[in-house]
Amino acid sequence: MSPLTVVAAAGTGTSSFTTPSISYAAIAPILIVLAAACVGVLVEAAVPQAQRFYTQVGVTLLGLVAAFVDVIAIRGHSVVTAGRALAIDSTSLFLQGTILVLAALSVLLMAERSVEFGSSIVAQAAVVVGSPADRRLATSERVQTEVFPLALFAVGGMLIFPAANNLLLMFVALEVLSLPLYLMAGLSRRRRLLSQEAAIKYFLLGAFASAFFLYGIALIYGYANSVNLPDVLAAQSTSGSSDVLLYLGFGMLIVGLLFKAGIAPFHSWTPDVYQGSPTPVTAFMASCTKIAAFGAILRVLYVGFSTSSWNWRPIIWAVAIASIVVGAILGLTQTDLKRILAYSSIAHAGFILIGLLSIDQAGLSSVLFYLASYGLTTVAAFGMVTLVRDANGEATHLSQWSGLARRSPLFAVTFAFLLLAFAGIPLTSGFIGKFVVFRAAYHVAAPLVVIALIGSAVAAFFYLRIVVMMFFAEPAEDGPTVTIPSVFTMLAITVGTAATLVLGVFPQPLLDLADNAAKLRG
Amino acid sequence: MHNVSLLILLAIPLLASIVIFALPQGADLLAKQIALVASTITFVYVIVIGVGFKTSAGASRFQYSGSWTWIRSFGVHFAFGVDGIALVLIGMSTLLVPTVVLASWNSFDTVEDAEEAEPARRSSKTYFALLLLLEVFMIGVFAATDIFLFYVFFEAMLVPMYFIIGSFGGPRRQYAAVKFFLYSLLGGLLMLAAVIGLYLSAGTSSFAFTDLVGHVPNGATQKWLFLGFFIAFAIKAPLVPFHTWLPDAGAEAPAGGAALLVGVLDKVGTFGFLRYCLPLFPEASRYFAKPILVLSVIGVLYAAFLAMGQRDMKRLIAYTSVAHFGFIGLGIFAFTTQGGTGAVLYMVNHGLSTGVLFIVVGFLVSRGKSRLISDYGGAARITPRLGGVFLIAGLSALALPGMSTFISEFLTLVGAFTRHKGLAIVATTGIILAALYVLLLYQRTMQGTVNPRVLGFRDLNARELFAVGPLIALILVLGVYPKPVIDIINPAVKATLSDVGQTDPQPQHVAQPGGHK
Repeated sequence: MSPLTVVAAAGTGTSSFTTPSISYAAIAPILIVLAAACVGVLVEAAVPQAQRFYTQVGVTLLGLVAAFVDVIAIRGHSVVTAGRALAIDSTSLFLQGTILVLAALSVLLMAERSVEFGSSIVAQAAVVVGSPADRRLATSERVQTEVFPLALFAVGGMLIFPAANNLLLMFVALEVLSLPLYLMAGLSRRRRLLSQEAAIKYFLLGAFASAFFLYGIALIYGYANSVNLPDVLAAQSTSGSSDVLLYLGFGMLIVGLLFKAGIAPFHSWTPDVYQGSPTPVTAFMASCTKIAAFGAILRVLYVGFSTSSWNWRPIIWAVAIASIVVGAILGLTQTDLKRILAYSSIAHAGFILIGLLSIDQAGLSSVLFYLASYGLTTVAAFGMVTLVRDANGEATHLSQWSGLARRSPLFAVTFAFLLLAFAGIPLTSGFIGKFVVFRAAYHVAAPLVVIALIGSAVAAFFYLRIVVMMFFAEPAEDGPTVTIPSVFTMLAITVGTAATLVLGVFPQPLLDLADNAAKLRG
Repeated sequence: MHNVSLLILLAIPLLASIVIFALPQGADLLAKQIALVASTITFVYVIVIGVGFKTSAGASRFQYSGSWTWIRSFGVHFAFGVDGIALVLIGMSTLLVPTVVLASWNSFDTVEDAEEAEPARRSSKTYFALLLLLEVFMIGVFAATDIFLFYVFFEAMLVPMYFIIGSFGGPRRQYAAVKFFLYSLLGGLLMLAAVIGLYLSAGTSSFAFTDLVGHVPNGATQKWLFLGFFIAFAIKAPLVPFHTWLPDAGAEAPAGGAALLVGVLDKVGTFGFLRYCLPLFPEASRYFAKPILVLSVIGVLYAAFLAMGQRDMKRLIAYTSVAHFGFIGLGIFAFTTQGGTGAVLYMVNHGLSTGVLFIVVGFLVSRGKSRLISDYGGAARITPRLGGVFLIAGLSALALPGMSTFISEFLTLVGAFTRHKGLAIVATTGIILAALYVLLLYQRTMQGTVNPRVLGFRDLNARELFAVGPLIALILVLGVYPKPVIDIINPAVKATLSDVGQTDPQPQHVAQPGGHK
């Protein structure tokens, strides 16, 4: 089949091409973010260097906030638009809103300049590590501002990803969100080698995952003669093609998605990339990318394969268990804060998957709640990691945090609170999140829930290790200090921490929101 | 339906705790004064509530009830109410807190003496703030009548205790604190699974205790759910073989923390058996009663032997507690009124007597800077008041007639005997072993040749005497006249047993509870 006929078949079904109708109101948030990204590129070219940094920050935040306001304005919309390629329903709007908020908080972290000399982003990422130019760079005040438009492009992709009703569009969104992230991973000002390694690793493995994803689409097209998810669903009851195509295609598709969400056994990039990337970028990846990826997973599973759940449930079972076990057990052996949080995110991804197992509204809404609350806690946690510094930059080794509570009690208490939220202790949003997910999944997967709970007890051990270090150990002689950040980082941390507390004590509003949002449109 | 008394009871220590946290560094004296006043007011308020508690035949089971919607989509309520069991345990807990505040008045002051064996990790104001926060959760866990809310308090309780052990404990405090937290958390998470299962299998859209009782279908589900709750409570209690965290935590915790840990927190486990395991899962409770009784008796003997072998005083006391929890388990799972009443009374008395014991040992350790028995000897001659208090606390721990613990131990054994003669007879040997380990401890530390290390010891001062005085008085009074407490407990125990569908096996010719002197 030639490419031309593929396009024709994916379009209207006839050989003539008609322009699809587009509901611009529904896709306005996406357009706003992408437009802001383009403005950012122009700013890069036109605005003098001295004003560029804060102009970029302003443009970026404005774009994100405007898009968020628009998402709120069009809440309740439920349309499938752009030639049935985009499903703007309440679930995708919820996820888009969440991504926008978390992206704005992450951008605030990226905009921090008083903690690190210049900013935490390197000015020239391509300079060879160790060369004279590189050494000059480490002390130069020059900053790099392309990171902001890059982040906006990534956010644009993330907004499309969970709303994509068409596998090809989903692939395009995947690439749009991934390519800027590959670059951003390599932008760390300190520990350049580690950062470049992270970028290369992420790029290579990400390219593999994309290839899997694309091949999966091809096989599914071969089976269903369409790449639209509702058509794929319909084909499963009518198609006479071999099921092998469908299963292979589904398997490859899901590999690509699980990779993006950082779920074992496709998680191996996570610790390295989280560790090597500039910490604000890590916060961005750990919250926004994860949410977008889960949004796509749940659309594929719930819209494209909802009737064959007997088929994929065992797979989700297996990867959920693998993720929880890998995250909890390997997390125990880590000594670097960012790597610990990376393994923690792998374990959390396993918990979220459990929510997906119950294919009903409760499951969907529990996943939405978990994603939002986990994202907020994560941004705050990574934001706090940026503040503990010594002469070599961020002090992320666990032993460097010993006795931190003695010097900075408020910092230590806040971070301990966030860790307790990760561990799922009551009165934090983490507990409510776990509760809704496990409650939703209990009637389909009670043994899995028990495994997950035991896993979270194991994972609690490494959160406790950090608390023990901070509170009960003697401070090191020349240990790091907690830098007082500017209002940007302060705001991001405060919002994340306050949300963790408020959602733990009064979760009802967000639960209602998630309940209302849990309506997918095929 | 909306009585705010229990909310006020929670609010007093909570506010005080927040105020103390907010105090500037160095305002330690003010922190202590606030803690003492607030905890005393709390206790007085409990007394007021206790006086108003109706024990007449027609009185409702849960009194002072109030219920407010908390999380609508789960059907979770901020619901409180006390039955007799909860009330006496709240009374015991709130009495222990001011005692602990007084007893640890100077324990964590900024160290003047550089060679202090247990230097304070953090300022003493943090300690008192954590103590009051712990009190909030302790009251909440007993007063909650919504199972979700109970679970929240059950888990939240770990956090302040974790910091009390970890920040203010002995040399191996990090290990002990983490072990304590992880054991309890594992149990708690299993319970969470059971809570969700309970909610779904009962088919009600509410977590209220009274809505769930009687709605759990019999069969395998009920047994699994029972085990989820049981393991959590057995770890908390702790019942052999889930007990290994207690000796570490009890030994490393500061004396006041240990008194609350063993005196109150562990009671949450046995309270949970009575309040949740039995009424919610009657069939499973009957099914598992035999093995649990056997475990309890094994616990009584095994822990007693371990206690005798200890060289560390605080570990020894921790093991005696494990043995005593065996008696409590025996009383609860015998399903008789005497056994149940005895068990509840035992919880109260054990809280009082172990509390005193830990505090007194804490006094001794603060003087001798060592927890080893062999570092002491003949101390009663140097410090007669300390010796005297130690003796009374010890005698109370071994359940000497005249002490309140005797009545409870006797009741649990009688209660168990009417149904399980063999087990009760074996458990009785635990009394002899208790006498052995307590008297050996007393003899080695307080009597015999005076160890030179003991020579410079200061006897108890007025503050220390005043701290333990009320507890000792109460132990003696309840030893002679336990009727008021038993009257409060008895209806609640009967209600629990009727939930399980068990009646006393014999005509009540043995004696009415309260008749034993």
